Amino acid sequence: MIHLAGPYVVAALLVGLGVMGVLVRRNAVLLLIGVELILSGSLVLLVASGATSASRWEASSILPLFVITIAAAEVVVALAVILTAFRLRGSIDLDEPLDERLIAPPRGPRSAPASRWGNQSGVGASGGEGA
Amino acid sequence: MTSLDLAFAACGLLAVVAGLLAVTTRQVVHAALWLVVALLGVAGCLLVLGHELVALVLVLVYVGAIVVLVLFALMLTRAPIGPDLAHAVPWWRRVLAGLAGAATTGLLLAALLPLAGEAVERREVANAAVATELFGTWVWPFEALSVLLLAALVAALAVSRGAGVDTSRGGGGAA
Repeated sequence: MIHLAGPYVVAALLVGLGVMGVLVRRNAVLLLIGVELILSGSLVLLVASGATSASRWEASSILPLFVITIAAAEVVVALAVILTAFRLRGSIDLDEPLDERLIAPPRGPRSAPASRWGNQSGVGASGGEGA
Repeated sequence: MTSLDLAFAACGLLAVVAGLLAVTTRQVVHAALWLVVALLGVAGCLLVLGHELVALVLVLVYVGAIVVLVLFALMLTRAPIGPDLAHAVPWWRRVLAGLAGAATTGLLLAALLPLAGEAVERREVANAAVATELFGTWVWPFEALSVLLLAALVAALAVSRGAGVDTSRGGGGAA
């Protein structure tokens, strides 16, 4: 016998802590810790939905497995982007304003700074498509 | 209160306290290590709820892979040993973030707690049934998931390699 209020309280607290972590951190890597806490709260909720009554196609076991896998893929891509940003900007501070040289320069009169960074505008455009 | 309730409360308390420390500590490496404790608490919760396969996969993938990745990223971005003074936030931002988190928790509790009724019997989840459904009903989503993992791997490689080529070219042009 188990009360369902326990899983609900734990899931709500984990999601709240995750939101707090996402909002309070300036270090981009530590922001991911908040995201992981939000996802683990959703895992507790998904599993609790299948812990008491029969779930169709065992979805309460399999959907959490899918969530864990997608979270792993997301963290891999996010860390690659963060490391690239660290190499380009020298910091992973989320509050720091974007370096003007890294923004795609407008074509025309400002051709001098554009030539210094070569194909940066093309790279920025393709990165936007990928995101 | 039954023994299952007590076990769940212990694991949940561990998860919530460790999660609170993970988001509030000022030492970056400690934050990642508290995340390990929080995830182990969550795995304990899932174990109490009867889904031992999900709990084991959570420990394997989250604690074994994701936290190690986060630790590597912290080392590669030159995280300081000791308090992270470069990324300190003002007190009002901490207060506002805490308020937003508390508001989220309150909203979820208000939505979820009315759904929780009396104590119910826990269902036994058989791993054989999970495996049968995973490789029967869910086999196409499962295959799509492996393609997603491959795409993430290739994307991570492309993102980090493409930028390396660009910086060397840009640095050469500047010099």
